[in-house]
Amino acid sequence: MKDWMGKIRTLSIFSFLVMVLTACGKDNLTALVPKGYGAEQSFNVIIISILVMIVVFIVVMAIYIYVVLKFRRKKGQEDQIPVQTEGNKTLEVVWTVIPILLLIIIAVPTIASTYDLADEGEKEDSINVNVKGMQFWWNFEYANEEVQTSQELYIPVDQKVYLNMLSGDVIHAFWVPSISGKMDVSPENENTMYIQAFEEGVYWGKCTEFCGDSHSLMDFKIVVVSQEEYDQWIDGMKNTDPEYTAQSASAQEGQQLFNNNCISCHAIDASATNPVIAPNLADFDNRTMIAGIEHYSKEALVDWIMNPGEIKPGNGMMDAEYLDDEGMSTISEEDVEKIADFLMELKATDEPVDSVKDFREQEGQGN
Amino acid sequence: MSTLVATNKKSFGATLWDYLTTVDHKKIAIMYLIAGGFFFLVGGLEALAIRWQLVQPMNDFVSAGFYNELITMHGTTMIFLAAMPLIFAFMNAVVPLQIGARDVAFPFLNSLGFWLFLFGGIMLNVGWFTGGAADAGWTAYAPLSTTSPGEGVDYYVLGLQISGAGTLMGGINFLVTIVNMRAPGMTYMRMPLFTWTAFVASALILFAFPALTVGLFLMMFDRLFGAGFFEANMGGNAVIWQHLFWIFGHPEVYILALPAFGVFSEIISTFSKKRLFGYTAMVFATVLIGFLGFMVWAHHMFTVGMGPAANSIFAVATMAIAVPTGIKIFNWLFTLWGGSIEINTPMLWALGFIPTFTLGGMTGVMVAAASADYQFHDTYFVVAHFHYVIVGGVVFALLAGLHYWWPKMFGTILDDKLGKITFWFFFIGFHLTFFIQHFLGLMGMPRRYWTYLENQGLDLGNLVSTIGAFLMGVGTIFLLINIVKTTMKNERVGGDPWDARTLEWAIPSPPPFYNFKQLPLVRGLDPLWVEKTEGRKGMTPAEPIGDIHMPNNSFLPFVISVGLFIAGFGFIYQKHDLSWLTLIFIGMGIALGAMLTRSVKDDIGYHIHKEDLQKEAEE
Repeated sequence: MKDWMGKIRTLSIFSFLVMVLTACGKDNLTALVPKGYGAEQSFNVIIISILVMIVVFIVVMAIYIYVVLKFRRKKGQEDQIPVQTEGNKTLEVVWTVIPILLLIIIAVPTIASTYDLADEGEKEDSINVNVKGMQFWWNFEYANEEVQTSQELYIPVDQKVYLNMLSGDVIHAFWVPSISGKMDVSPENENTMYIQAFEEGVYWGKCTEFCGDSHSLMDFKIVVVSQEEYDQWIDGMKNTDPEYTAQSASAQEGQQLFNNNCISCHAIDASATNPVIAPNLADFDNRTMIAGIEHYSKEALVDWIMNPGEIKPGNGMMDAEYLDDEGMSTISEEDVEKIADFLMELKATDEPVDSVKDFREQEGQGN
Repeated sequence: MSTLVATNKKSFGATLWDYLTTVDHKKIAIMYLIAGGFFFLVGGLEALAIRWQLVQPMNDFVSAGFYNELITMHGTTMIFLAAMPLIFAFMNAVVPLQIGARDVAFPFLNSLGFWLFLFGGIMLNVGWFTGGAADAGWTAYAPLSTTSPGEGVDYYVLGLQISGAGTLMGGINFLVTIVNMRAPGMTYMRMPLFTWTAFVASALILFAFPALTVGLFLMMFDRLFGAGFFEANMGGNAVIWQHLFWIFGHPEVYILALPAFGVFSEIISTFSKKRLFGYTAMVFATVLIGFLGFMVWAHHMFTVGMGPAANSIFAVATMAIAVPTGIKIFNWLFTLWGGSIEINTPMLWALGFIPTFTLGGMTGVMVAAASADYQFHDTYFVVAHFHYVIVGGVVFALLAGLHYWWPKMFGTILDDKLGKITFWFFFIGFHLTFFIQHFLGLMGMPRRYWTYLENQGLDLGNLVSTIGAFLMGVGTIFLLINIVKTTMKNERVGGDPWDARTLEWAIPSPPPFYNFKQLPLVRGLDPLWVEKTEGRKGMTPAEPIGDIHMPNNSFLPFVISVGLFIAGFGFIYQKHDLSWLTLIFIGMGIALGAMLTRSVKDDIGYHIHKEDLQKEAEE
């Protein structure tokens, strides 16, 4: 038995080290370093409940360790019969009342923050975004600006932004752990939540309601920018041109191919009247990533167009006409490269906002 | 018409026929144990495949579609086909003995319940071989489930419907048995805790399973006959499925957990040689947990958008469950206090359970805090939480109960050394697997993720978790070795190898098929202990030796189940081709025909005559 104890000790040290080494996770993804109002509210309740629970755990473990060590049957006392205690009314009342008090300590802030996070009092004076979740991507429509975009939600720092969420197919859930807790995106009831970010940057969003094959790849980003950058970006988006003419020769050929194969589903301007069938490609050159999960590069974009089913199994693009039964492109790689050249010309502002530039740089370093 | 079954060895065919037709609760217990154990291994292998897929980021061990089938079937199998039947195995093996009954109230129904469960379980798994198992999660949320292509979810719907009917029958049977068939003197407040928890769990089954039945019927109509109960653009509402599912699903947690508490109450009391501390409070807490279990289903739905009022109410109601659960934990600790604690394998599981389940309960309160749950919900934090509760509570209890009641069920005793090895591998592996998942969840890892991206800080945690899972697998292998070894050795033990306290230990191991020759007179809590402290070896009989009435064996439960099983395929495949309707008629014909036979045939059972019992006693 002795050497087991040694192993347990080694193991607990090892587990502790693991905790320390992994720290709190990736900065723009973890819920443990809140960078937004909702995340902060949740975090406070998490901390209160953890503290209360740790107190309970310590009490239980203290009694537990004491009894197991003290009252273990000793050699030569096998025949001894302990006193048959029936119970103890006082003790039982104590361990009924104390937990009730402890639970009240948790319940009060819980209810307060639950109501706070559901408050819609400032909705009319704030930015409103209609969020649509689809297998396996996201569409964002700025209700008052008549602008829509996909996969990346731009918001100004320190501003309340209301999200009115509806699904285009099955139930999804919208979660950006660093900014706020999650809310389901259902096909029948419009759910509303608000988010407010404290710091500029790009924050990782994930779908958390099981929604099919590529549930784990339905990532999106919240791009938090300064008010100034936000206004510029919105202006740029309003002026994206559906009749845009590509600049370089290769991109011009790409545009032809795009118009023949892709335009029936994908729009290249951010106008809110575009039907939401497939991701809106306006401002494509400002994207943080390709399809939400691949590093932003021409190579990755070509890969994606050539065989989207390999990268995101079960996604709607696999039904596109340019793909054969195996899900492989019938357009040659050369031509796809031209399409990529065209897409990478699409931009609403002259160059990516600072947050996106920083994000791409950071992501690049990891590889 | 007298019959004491001959003790000489029977041929394999005769044994098989005996098991196919048996209505003896002890044999049904063994069948539940074998079937549940088999599905436990299947679910475990599915778990290992899941963990292997997640051992590194962007792994491609399995495809996304296959992974979704794995998680769906892992959850469904573990809850419905492993944990439930194993609980039923112990309820069947122990409850009638603990209350001093010769049989259960409805032996035929008991057998029918088992065969329905088994054929439902087979049906669920047939999907693997016919183009894909269910892939919409074990909770099968609409509209993902109603729109899932293929037949996987159809197998889920019909398999669960059939096995759920079996479970409902089992629950009713135990309710009636415990109400009606207690031995003289066995008042409610003298019932052992395991019987009490079985009683409350059966009541929960009675109220919870109909909700599942209704939900599954609606889903069946949506999927197979094009109804639109859960279809938003046809006027339906997908959230209704969630309510129906959790009105069943939350009590289900307690249907599993309460009997687990019962197992530990028996073991802790036996191996510290003390009566249970605060017995009355324990009973009250059990009933209260059962009651509150029905009031809290919507805490699974905090992010559905129910609004702050509903979220707050369900949050507080859920937290309230921590109070009776806490009472139980402290009562166990104080049962140990001042006792003479013997640490053998069953007790080791019980001692491992206390801290583990306390952690699970703690995270339970945390998850119940609605505004905090906005971060926890559908992440690995929740995965960690419910594995702490269901593995740390229920599976630990099943393994503890297996070692504890093995002598009673089979007359041999499992090797203590191997048992301890199993425990340490499983226990350490368990904590390694799941403790770190709390952090993974908060660090941004949602559940049901087929893969995760590189460079997101999730690699190390997942690696550790996978290593832990394989340690649990090693522990399970030692358990299997133990079972084989013990069975081969076949060393007989007496009726009361643990010096225990309750009635099941007052009769030989394994018990004769009529259980008690004379019904015992119960004179207090822990009746056998009462007799022992007064210097007697066994129970005082409450009646003179007389004829014992026994039910006849029947093949009909098997036939009814096969009939429904066949009809199930008809229901599924008629959506492709109406000629499959024939199978519905054949299958339902077989099932209804067998039911009719059962109804019109006068089956009054038989008697074991007093003379035979006396003769046997003299031999």
